[in-house]
Amino acid sequence: MTATAPAPRTPVPQGGPDERLVHTSPLRKLMGRPELGSVVGAVAVFLFFSIAADSFLRASSFGTVLYAASTIGIMAVPVALLMIGGEFDLSAGVMVTSSALISSMFSYQMTANVWVGVLVSLLVTLLLGVFNGFVLTRTKLPSFIITLGTFLMLTGLNLGLTKLISGTVSTKSIGDMEGFESAKAVFASQLTLGPVSLKITILWWFVLIALATWILLRTRAGNWIFAVGGEKDAARATGVPVNKTRIGLYMGVAFAAWVSGQHLLFSYDVVQSGEGVGNELTYIIAAVIGGCLITGGYGSAVGSAVGAFIFGMTSKGIVYAEWNPDWFKFFLGAMLLLATLLNAWVRKRAEARS
Amino acid sequence: MRTTRTARTTRTAAFLATTCALTALALTGCSGSGGKGAEEKPARGESGGQAAGTPRMKVAMITHSGEGDTFWDIVQNGAKAAAAKDNVEFLYSAHKEGREQAQLIEAAIDQKVHGIVVTLAKPEAVGAAVRKAVAAGIPVVTVNSGGRYSQGLGALAHIGQDETVAGEGVGEELNTRGRRKALCVIHEQGNVSLEERCAGVKKAFEGVVENLGVEGTNMPATTSSIEAKLQTAKDIVVVVTLGAPFADATVKAKSGSGSTAEVVTFDLNAAVVKSLKSKEIGFAVDQQPYLQGYLAVDGLWLNRTNGNVLGGGRPVLTGPAVVTAQDVPALEKYTARGTR
Repeated sequence: MTATAPAPRTPVPQGGPDERLVHTSPLRKLMGRPELGSVVGAVAVFLFFSIAADSFLRASSFGTVLYAASTIGIMAVPVALLMIGGEFDLSAGVMVTSSALISSMFSYQMTANVWVGVLVSLLVTLLLGVFNGFVLTRTKLPSFIITLGTFLMLTGLNLGLTKLISGTVSTKSIGDMEGFESAKAVFASQLTLGPVSLKITILWWFVLIALATWILLRTRAGNWIFAVGGEKDAARATGVPVNKTRIGLYMGVAFAAWVSGQHLLFSYDVVQSGEGVGNELTYIIAAVIGGCLITGGYGSAVGSAVGAFIFGMTSKGIVYAEWNPDWFKFFLGAMLLLATLLNAWVRKRAEARS
Repeated sequence: MRTTRTARTTRTAAFLATTCALTALALTGCSGSGGKGAEEKPARGESGGQAAGTPRMKVAMITHSGEGDTFWDIVQNGAKAAAAKDNVEFLYSAHKEGREQAQLIEAAIDQKVHGIVVTLAKPEAVGAAVRKAVAAGIPVVTVNSGGRYSQGLGALAHIGQDETVAGEGVGEELNTRGRRKALCVIHEQGNVSLEERCAGVKKAFEGVVENLGVEGTNMPATTSSIEAKLQTAKDIVVVVTLGAPFADATVKAKSGSGSTAEVVTFDLNAAVVKSLKSKEIGFAVDQQPYLQGYLAVDGLWLNRTNGNVLGGGRPVLTGPAVVTAQDVPALEKYTARGTR
């Protein structure tokens, strides 16, 4: 397509080689990556808790921290992509709950194999993503407002429909239904490697990171995402399918919400309809710590993973350090602020050097 | 233009085909076990029969409940059952912030209701509104927490659980079971009644109690935090959770951390009853939320139609009632229909 076809080669200006062809050293390349600052931050947080908390360095603790990171990280990956594309999704947190509720209630009410519910939930959740994207591209309103609307509507729907259908505010248990065990194996199983028990969400997380990184760096769609987030009108003028890209990004968030939602359902076999409010900010924070710019056009999937990992280490590290729980939120906030500051400082240094 | 139109038609067709396929799958892919098909039809005791012949009255209930809380759902079910029996029009509203809750009480006064049921979780914030209602001649019954403020604000009666007493109940039960070190999981930091529960446990318990704050609206985070705590403090032999859903999360965390700690919890739900049965949860402390809703509405009705006052100026306690595996057979039925 026109957007990515190599630009017609301009004649090399006389007097020197084309600056685009100058060889850059691998170190220089590394310094320019968006996630570099967050990696330094992650190392700092890791070292800090290694000293402050005795049990932090145990192998079994590592499994717990990775699990905490993965439940945030699965959502942070598509949220980071969306932010690179210049948009927000405030409905991401409750969409996870919606997805779990749809799956659970459909299976239960229809007395169907739980896999049917899981597939119906995938379809409906993707449609929620399409709705966000479609309304955004049609109305040209800020995504902040649109997804805020979806967020509130979903919160109400979760509660209202669950109460209407199940009679209580949590769903009925589907633990004894057909297909539950196999679905649990896919979404909520646990793998024990010696002293470490690893939850399957960690695998989902890594797969999503790899997939998102591949899309961003190696495909045409990845170029579109950066272009849309950088300068929308210019991107459209050069033939980038701006609307399709943005709808696709919202569908990506919906897909991850489906994965997280099924994890929620199959780990506890009932779902509380009021859950998920406030998590959308956690995902955005993870993406921002990982080097995504709030204004769009810059960031990486790996960065969001590092951000989620910092979040997981901090929130569990405070428990391992056995600090007074009354101060928990304060420590969490302070650690996050420090990690982000360090991130910004490192990036500035790196940019100044290159 | 033509090509896009055709493309769109194809896509619509594909979408329809997928939907049809899924519907077909839903019809064929039935579960032979569980689900709605296996559900027992509940005996609808409360909705059957004739309502009282007394004149129609309007009662408003305003609580500090967050959204989607099972506990308050059961309170409402109790209140609705009494309302159906007493020919009462029942209005429910809730807000977790004291200021908003006070405004909802003012709105109920404006609606000229015949009685108000209110919770006093934030007595400073809602006190003035309760006094205003009393001054306007509307009888007020307080429920759940805040029993000691009830009379001072001019309420008729208080129906609820004294959180400190309930906590002490748990502490004593743990003493008889010979436990040494307990963890108290607070799922909403800064909530007075939850802090009181843990303080009550600490007061009556002869061993050591540690508190742990978790993020109650995020189950996976709650689970991993408890898991982390159990990995660090290996000498914890009992975990006390303050709400039913968190007991289930603790059972999950236990298996992740390899801990053998016993789980005990405040409040009931269907999952807790199941875990009681399988001995994954040692015991639960029920404060019988259904009673709080039912008695409050019924009390207001009796006050209007017969001049009765409940409690003689003292809080009427609906808990703590300790529930163990022995009580499961009867409980299963009640929790499934949301009345216990």
